Amino acid sequence: MLRVESLSKSFGPVTAIGDITAEFPEGKFTCIVGPSGCGKTTLLKCLAGLLTPSGGQVLLDNEKVVKPPRKMALVFQDYSRSLFPWMTVRDNVAFPLRGRKSMHDAAKSQTVEKALRSVGLADAMDRYPWQLSGGMQQRTSIARAIAYQPQILLMDEPFASVDAQTRADLEDLMLAIKRDYGMTIVFVTHDIDESVYLGDRIVVLGSSPTTVKEVLEVGLSESRDQVSTKAHPEFLRLRGHVFNEIMHRTPTA
Amino acid sequence: MKSSRIILITLEIVTPLLLILAYALWAGPRGDFFFPSLDKILSTFWHDWLGGLVATDIVPSLYRTLAGFALAAVLAIALGIVLGLSRRARIATAPLVEFFRALPPPALLPLTILVLGVGDTAKIMLIALVCVFPILLNTIAGVAGLDPTLRDTARVYHISRADVLFRIIIPAALPAIFAGLRTSLSLAVIMMVISEFVAATNGIGFSIWQAKRLFDIPSMWAGIILLGIVGYTLNMILVGIESIVLRWHRGARAAAR
Repeated sequence: MLRVESLSKSFGPVTAIGDITAEFPEGKFTCIVGPSGCGKTTLLKCLAGLLTPSGGQVLLDNEKVVKPPRKMALVFQDYSRSLFPWMTVRDNVAFPLRGRKSMHDAAKSQTVEKALRSVGLADAMDRYPWQLSGGMQQRTSIARAIAYQPQILLMDEPFASVDAQTRADLEDLMLAIKRDYGMTIVFVTHDIDESVYLGDRIVVLGSSPTTVKEVLEVGLSESRDQVSTKAHPEFLRLRGHVFNEIMHRTPTA
Repeated sequence: MKSSRIILITLEIVTPLLLILAYALWAGPRGDFFFPSLDKILSTFWHDWLGGLVATDIVPSLYRTLAGFALAAVLAIALGIVLGLSRRARIATAPLVEFFRALPPPALLPLTILVLGVGDTAKIMLIALVCVFPILLNTIAGVAGLDPTLRDTARVYHISRADVLFRIIIPAALPAIFAGLRTSLSLAVIMMVISEFVAATNGIGFSIWQAKRLFDIPSMWAGIILLGIVGYTLNMILVGIESIVLRWHRGARAAAR
């Protein structure tokens, strides 16, 4: 179980995160949603062990996180800067497995190919990232994260820079990954619809100083669909509720 | 696309040919001692440089140039990676590096003649000394400029130190390193010629100087033309290697446009 306890983070005089306490239950898809500039990425980097908090702590299975834990993978927003342009798609996905002594080479290449097939890149394995569209590049970094076999998958606004249709495809890909792999997913986004559509739970952040405004359970069924789910009364209720929270309006529901 | 490529290649070939033709038409009827006719220069070039002088003068010059350049490349890339990785080492050595970089390279020639003598070793050392700085500075910039997202990616996925160095940092710095290598290669040719002007018993630079002293003007021109061809060829070879090694970089840049 991943927990943050009274986490704060300042960069010099600038306070990025005021005080955050939250839990990310095992096997659940938790979305963190908040206005832009509220410190979502900073929070995620603290969760990943890439940034040291100024106060409070991040706990993974009751152990304090001080460096990136082996059980975690992270998908960055900026796929074009997170993939290695001198490696093929296959090599990019296989790269984190190179140092894994417990795995045989055959098992490694099987894992890599399975991950690439499950994100729909079976035909692009031997191409270079820059030969692919933005959506396919982000699929590559998702495949890299899956092949790493983490218990916890962190995602930092992963679909913020792809077009709307690709975004819908990738959202459905995430639902399939959650179903097939059953890992804990922490998904940061500024898109309210996306957070309701994907999440089992939503952590709503407020800005300056950043705190948790509310934690919502999403009462939608496991199987979701871009058209019918997004027209479901529960979806619309949650969407409106989160919207009002973030826009500082009095919640109507 | 294809026809425009043919036009570009044609332009590249035709322009120098036109200039050569212009020289031939201009110099031929003049009979000027310092600007001999084209056929005189070319026949000297043909007999001297493509005959006996290949072994006695071209080979020694190429050896000095390439040995100095290679020595500089190895030292500068190794040192550049160390300095690029450590901000403190970079700050500590910055004044020294900037000083030597600002020094006009031939200024070091009297020193190397006094300390190292006039043999091949001295010439190679001088060429290496001058070639080190462009490669060093570019390597430092390339290594220090590694994208922080790539660094974070390596940390998240627990990439080993050796893999970070050889499979992330060095490939990422290669475009900058090659820019340094190209600058240094032309410096290597310049320093080869200068060092052979001042103190040498063979080499292309020596031959040009010798021809000047004997007022053998066509031979002097032939040597100058040879130097141009040598410099051009060396650069073409380096650019060829670069385009193979950095195929991904060209592709990535073209895709970003």
